[in-house]
Order: sequence, then structure tokens, then C-alpha cells
Amino acid sequence: MNITRRHLMILLPAAAVAWEHVLAGTPETSPNYQMSEHWWGMLVDIPKCIGCGNCVRACQTENDVPDGFFRTWVERYHVDDWHMTTPEVISPDGGKEGFPVAKEDEGKYFFVPKLCNHCADSPCTQVCPVGATFISPDGVVLVDQTYCLGCAYCVQACPYGCRYLHPKKHVADKCTLCYHRITKGLTTACCEACPTGARQLADLKNPNDPIHEFLRTHAVQVLKPQMATGAKVYYDGLDGSVR
Amino acid sequence: MSGLKDAAHLFRFAGLFVIAFLVFLLIRGHVVPKTFGEYGHYRGAAIAGVAAHPVQFAGHQACEACHTDIADTKTKGKHAHVNCEACHGALAVHSDDPASVTPAKPDTAVLCARCHTASAAKPKGFPQVDPADHSGGVPCQTCHNPHSPAIGADAGTGNAAGGAK
Repeated sequence: MNITRRHLMILLPAAAVAWEHVLAGTPETSPNYQMSEHWWGMLVDIPKCIGCGNCVRACQTENDVPDGFFRTWVERYHVDDWHMTTPEVISPDGGKEGFPVAKEDEGKYFFVPKLCNHCADSPCTQVCPVGATFISPDGVVLVDQTYCLGCAYCVQACPYGCRYLHPKKHVADKCTLCYHRITKGLTTACCEACPTGARQLADLKNPNDPIHEFLRTHAVQVLKPQMATGAKVYYDGLDGSVR
Repeated sequence: MSGLKDAAHLFRFAGLFVIAFLVFLLIRGHVVPKTFGEYGHYRGAAIAGVAAHPVQFAGHQACEACHTDIADTKTKGKHAHVNCEACHGALAVHSDDPASVTPAKPDTAVLCARCHTASAAKPKGFPQVDPADHSGGVPCQTCHNPHSPAIGADAGTGNAAGGAK
């Protein structure tokens, strides 16, 4: 077949369109995962946390979190009897390598693991000017890093300090609740690595998830309930001094 | 129809508006990603993009599929609820290709101390020791089997027993 100039002029744009389609590709999806059947959250059992930092290290390994930045971190509170509302809080390197040994002292100590609360009414997604961060249909707050401008409005909007600008990519980065894992039937990296079960992934739409029994039988709390963020990270045994 | 003839300049102007609108639609169709608005005010394909991130921690189910002996030892002991990769680290590379990737054994001196070093900050019921005082530098696995740490439970092998058969 002879290709004339006329044919070429018709073929070229068609080929360009086809090539663009190939380049865009279709990202790998999990065949049996239905977004409409899940509503994800997490349970943090404070009396079980020993401050080993396994979760922080696991998160950094799983998600390539740059040094000095944290998608999850652990804080150690020391509240003495005379300063109930002004606790001493430390988190050396996010608690990644554990905490200094505490000598027997007056007052109480406890560890508070923190991460994105995957709020149902999240302030961070509401301020994004371009629609680069959003709540997925299964209740996980995600960032579209190919769309993000890096304006950091969301970093300022998060009342829990759970977002940061990635120092290399210059876009917003945060906990994805290991979305790439939970959509494949695995638990999050932090839950997988937690030796005491202080963290448990919770599917609030799954009637067989033990979270429902736990919520019924325990006094749980979320962080900053007065902000009405609809936080879905539930804390058991949370002290009133935690901010 | 002299009235319409006089208004010809208005029609030309209206025509310009129509053309500008079409150009706007054309450009918009090109720059707005195809899946934008699929679920909300964002790119629907971004969800699959996030989900495509590679997995590093294989999950204890993957470990237990092969290492059944260790899994059995573990279920009987106090570390029953400690997942494999809590101590051994992320090993999806090993579970994907068990033959060519051999994981290193963790150093118990560092590993055990990370959780079990005594500190007033830890929950009171959690087993804690002062490592120097407790063993005087002898490696933990000399007395304890890390997979079932109570002495007498399944110890005395002098080593972390096991490996794939």
C-alpha cells in the first residue's frame, strides 16, 4: 500500500491520540475490591503502646517517607499531678528509635501514636484549590501527587499536623492508610509491625469487624473532637491532657 | 428588513462569542483529565494510582504459608500476636522470591531491648528488664527462644529455631 501525504496527514493525529492513550495506561487495580463496601478507620489502644517505634520505622520503609518527615509518629506524655493540663511531651525523631529510659518519677507516662485521622469532614481536603486531595469513596484521605501544586494550604489546614510537603517532590504528602495494602486485603504497615496490637485497622462498614464490639464496650475518644472533623482514628484510654 | 441589516455588527459579535465559547470547550476538554469528577472534585484515576504503590511488608499470612513450624511454635507462646515482620523487618522481596533473597537474622541484642528495656514510661503489665543487669551481655536467644520466649516453653535449642523446610 502506498501511503500518500494525504493518508499520512490523517494517520499521524490518529496515531498520536492512540499513543497518548497507551502512555496514560491503566494503573493496576485490585480485582475483588469494591470501594463502596468499606469505610476505613483505625483503633489506637493507648494502654498497649510501649513506644518501641516499630510503626514509625515500618511506615518509612513501606512508604519511602523521607528522613525527618513522618506520616505517623509516637509522642510520649509525662503528666505530673500538679500540672495536669501542661504535660511534658517528647517525640525524639518521631519516636523512630524508641524513647529515652524514664526513671520512676511522680505522675504518669503514656505513649500516643499519631497519624492522619482520615476525617470524614476533613479540613484539609476542603481548602485544596485544585482538587488534588480528596476523601476516597471508602473514607481514606488521599493526595493526587500528579495534580498537587504544592501550595501547602492543606498542610496549614490540618489541625493534627499530619501533612508535610515532600522535600524532593515538592507536593503534599501524608498517610494513605497504606491504601495500596488495604485494597489488597492486607493490613497497614504500622499495624503489621506493631508488636502489641496497639494499632488496629478498622473497617467501619464491615459488620464482622471487631471494631464495632470494641466501640460498644469501651470509652473511646478522637483527637480534638471540638473541631468536628469526623476523625476516624479512635483512641482507647486517651488522657485529657492530649492535644 | 433594514433593521436586521443594521444589526449585522451585533450578529458578528455574537458569532465571536460562540466561537470563543467553542474554543473554551475545546481547551477545557483537553486540559481537564478524563476521570476528573468521576467520584467527586478530583481525578478518579488518582485512587488507582495510590493503590499501585509497591508493597514492602508481605504480611504474616504470607510468612505462615511456608514457615508453618515457626507459626506453630509462635501460637503456643507469648509472642503469638507479634507479627513476623515486627521483628524480621519488611520482607515482601523474600516472599516474592524466596529462593534468591535470604533475609538476615535480626540481632537479638538490639531487637529484644527495643521493646523489653525497662522504663517507667511503659505500661506496668508489660515484661521489662534492664538488659545489662538481666543477662550481662549474653545474647537473649541463649536462654529464650524468640518465637516462644518463656523459658522452658520451647527453649534450650540455643538458637532461634527454624527456617523453611
